[in-house]
Amino acid sequence: MENWLKGSMMAGVAVVCALLLTASPSPAQTPAYRAPRTADGKPDLNGIWQALNTADWDLEGHAAAMGPVASLGAVFAKPPGLGVVEGDEIPYLPAMAAKKKENQANWTKLDPEVKCFLPGVPRAAYLPYPFQIVQSRDKILISYEYAGAVRTINMGAPTKAPADSWMGWSNGHWEGETLVIDVTDQNDNTWFDRSGNFHSDALHVVERYTPRSADTLNYEATIEDSKVFSRPWKISMPLYRRVEKNARILEYKCPEFAEELLYGPLRKKPSN
Amino acid sequence: MMRRFRAATVALSAIVGVVLMAQAPMAGQATAPASKAAPAKTTSAGKPWTPSRTPDGKPDLQGIWGNATVTPLERPKGLGAKEFYTDEEFAKLSQHIRQGEVGEEAELGAARENDLRYDTSLYGGFDITKARFASNKRTSLIVGPEGVIPPMLPEAKQRNAERVAKNKGHEFDSYENRPLSERCILMAQEMIPMLPAAGEGNLLQIVQGPGYVAFLHEIDHSTRVIPTDGRSHIPQNIRQWQGDSVGHWEGDTLVVDTTNFTARSAFKGSGEKLHLVERFTRNADDQITYQFTAEDPTTWAKPWSAEIPMAKTDGPVYEWACHEGNTMISTILRGARVTEEEAAKKEEK
Repeated sequence: MENWLKGSMMAGVAVVCALLLTASPSPAQTPAYRAPRTADGKPDLNGIWQALNTADWDLEGHAAAMGPVASLGAVFAKPPGLGVVEGDEIPYLPAMAAKKKENQANWTKLDPEVKCFLPGVPRAAYLPYPFQIVQSRDKILISYEYAGAVRTINMGAPTKAPADSWMGWSNGHWEGETLVIDVTDQNDNTWFDRSGNFHSDALHVVERYTPRSADTLNYEATIEDSKVFSRPWKISMPLYRRVEKNARILEYKCPEFAEELLYGPLRKKPSN
Repeated sequence: MMRRFRAATVALSAIVGVVLMAQAPMAGQATAPASKAAPAKTTSAGKPWTPSRTPDGKPDLQGIWGNATVTPLERPKGLGAKEFYTDEEFAKLSQHIRQGEVGEEAELGAARENDLRYDTSLYGGFDITKARFASNKRTSLIVGPEGVIPPMLPEAKQRNAERVAKNKGHEFDSYENRPLSERCILMAQEMIPMLPAAGEGNLLQIVQGPGYVAFLHEIDHSTRVIPTDGRSHIPQNIRQWQGDSVGHWEGDTLVVDTTNFTARSAFKGSGEKLHLVERFTRNADDQITYQFTAEDPTTWAKPWSAEIPMAKTDGPVYEWACHEGNTMISTILRGARVTEEEAAKKEEK
């Protein structure tokens, strides 16, 4: 009874908070910052960007933890982070929460990042590697350093994917200051992070890139997948411009770094 | 057998398409050295064709391009210093190609029945006849009186022979002994300079942003984002499979300079000193002339150049996830281990 009372009081507080939040205008409605324009008049997102957080370790908030390889000690331990999920928790369907736990328990064996597989969206945006936006009028190309992943965003009339793929099919449009990208037709082989957060092939992602200062963007992704989650959910984080004068996307062709892991057991054994 | 035949027929009709679409050489082209920009086509009014511009005023190279061609890389023996066919010779050659009666004067690639590696009908809906090609009357892609790759220097021959010898007898020992293409590290059609591949994997998407030109090869989603702001190469101690490319505009031509290759990138037997200069000139709405000069003082006595027409095509560019679906390496190695085990068992008996 007492618990029930406490619970309903907390719910009441939450409602008041929600009302207060609704009353204040959201940043999207009254943008505080107007980005410089490209020659064709669109917000200029050209540049090399990178997330500066621990989202790739775990989208949800997490304490620091020991890494998977004892001999690497503090070099590859899990850094702590407050998380990037709005509302803090990913709304898994009950059966799917169990699969997430299983994924997490078998992280290094199952994570496609360990194998150098293409990362999918949104993970590509917050992997600990830079990516470059090459913005044209009809097409926007995003070149990611990790695994040489790449996407071409169609800015014309939306087109349909010819097939499912690792990086999905991207149709974009502008909403004021914001580049909105609708991503469909991703296969079910990618993950969201190193903590086993996953999705099915029903994944639908809507990304929003909004300039928030000369050298930062706000990145949001709404994630919808009725086979895995009970409702759509959202992540958000700033992306930072790599302001070094000589910043470049370098080559990170990682298949060769994963070969020993994938094929090592099939090597010829040295004969005695 | 039936399938093979059908695929060959489809491929052959594509070649007919190539020949029919072949462009007549422009006046002056026959004498234009590869180091100069290819002249623009003239319109019916006789005015030179000028490329449209991107919003920031650069020539617009954007779109999806294919470099399929039947012109062989090296000039057939017997043609000597002859760089171009006459109209008459070209008509005759086209006829021979239609009938499938060609020797080394045409690179039929997958269309040559004996060389047929892939049955395109298996792709389901992939219609090679819809691919677009560009061509000219060149006798070989390599330009100049010789028309062939210069002889390899003795040191390069030795270097390459040693590499082959080292692997001999160990081809199936480990993934490290397998070709880079099998390992999805560097496939022939993603390598630079870009040589044509008959019928497959020849799509290139170009997207331009202010100060950058991005090249996306369909094969292995290989991407180069090339700065055109005049910056210099990355430090020489950083070596990359695809080197380091920087670019600049010379008039309406994009010039891309690439160094910093690894010793293992090996383009036609080159070493890490390979220096490439590529030139992209849009000389018609539906055509880019792509030229390159390859130079490596540790491999060839002199630089050599080639010219390849690229034709506009509709795409789309598909995602080519090579490594993700690579069962080849594990299958090959597993097969080798099983064979060894069986041989060992036989010996025991």
